[in-house]
Amino acid sequence: MSVIENQHAPGEQIPILEREAGRFSGFLTYTTGLVLAVILTATSFWAANTTLLWAPGVPLGLAVLAIAQMGIHLVFFLHITTGPDNTNNVLALAFGLLIVTLVVAGSLWIMANLNDNMLMPDLMNLQTQP
Amino acid sequence: MHGETAMLPDTEAGPASRRIIVGYGFWIFLLSDIVMFSAIFATYAVLSRATAGGPGGPELFNQVSVAIETGSLLLSSYACGLMSLAIGAERQAPTYLAAAFTFALGALFLGLELREFAGMIARGATPQRSAFLSAFFTLVGCHGAHVTAGLLWLIIMMAQVATKGFSPIVCRRLLCFSLFWHALDIIWVGIFTVVYLIGIRG
Repeated sequence: MSVIENQHAPGEQIPILEREAGRFSGFLTYTTGLVLAVILTATSFWAANTTLLWAPGVPLGLAVLAIAQMGIHLVFFLHITTGPDNTNNVLALAFGLLIVTLVVAGSLWIMANLNDNMLMPDLMNLQTQP
Repeated sequence: MHGETAMLPDTEAGPASRRIIVGYGFWIFLLSDIVMFSAIFATYAVLSRATAGGPGGPELFNQVSVAIETGSLLLSSYACGLMSLAIGAERQAPTYLAAAFTFALGALFLGLELREFAGMIARGATPQRSAFLSAFFTLVGCHGAHVTAGLLWLIIMMAQVATKGFSPIVCRRLLCFSLFWHALDIIWVGIFTVVYLIGIRG
């Protein structure tokens, strides 16, 4: 790449210093991410099937494991870090998370409320009717 | 830090490189895709018990198949990461090898998912059977459609590497592809947790 570097528009260069410094550590990063993701996935499948854990708490635990694994993927695979050159990416992610939280939590909250307040719960309950 | 501008503060470094801008734009697109998926997740969560007397999650889902799907998609994501490293080093053979693993594992995932869908439909668990099944096929099918698009994209990118080499524009497209592929795995983490592991508990 360094040979043709000046034949392209200035904006098209690939960060060479970063690339050459990061090759081996890049392999370590991906492998660390894979190992952590496998551990979290295995824990999720184990928690979903075991009888050792208090059953009503398992879904919450699974949600925590899933969010942890999403964090692992973001950091080790997508390289979203808290470094100064990553501020824009993190801010966009934070806004995305805000919208996702509002949509998911808001929908569940509103629909649960709706079901509770219906006059004919058996007929109108969206969670048991088609 | 980006090459020769590494020593300058952001305010004096001038415009960011094309690669950074393209990556950022694609990241915004991925986040909007994730917001779309969050609406489908919310729909599924609301309707997950609306089985209308039809089959529910515990009868329909096969955990072994889901575990293999999860493993193959995760390894595919890892192979895609190794492909990014090979692209960074501009080495063609490792790039093709990693791409072949990425593709094969992604195709294995898709094949298992289609087999699961076919099995469910054969048992009468079609999308029109109940609101739960409509939401299930929408959510999991939408992710499967993304995986299909990703596999096609990967074939096109390998053809471009073969014909154009590691030109900056091909490298930027490959960067976008790897972001897309890793994001699909993140969405799958949500699906196997919400749909299969929590759903299988009834």
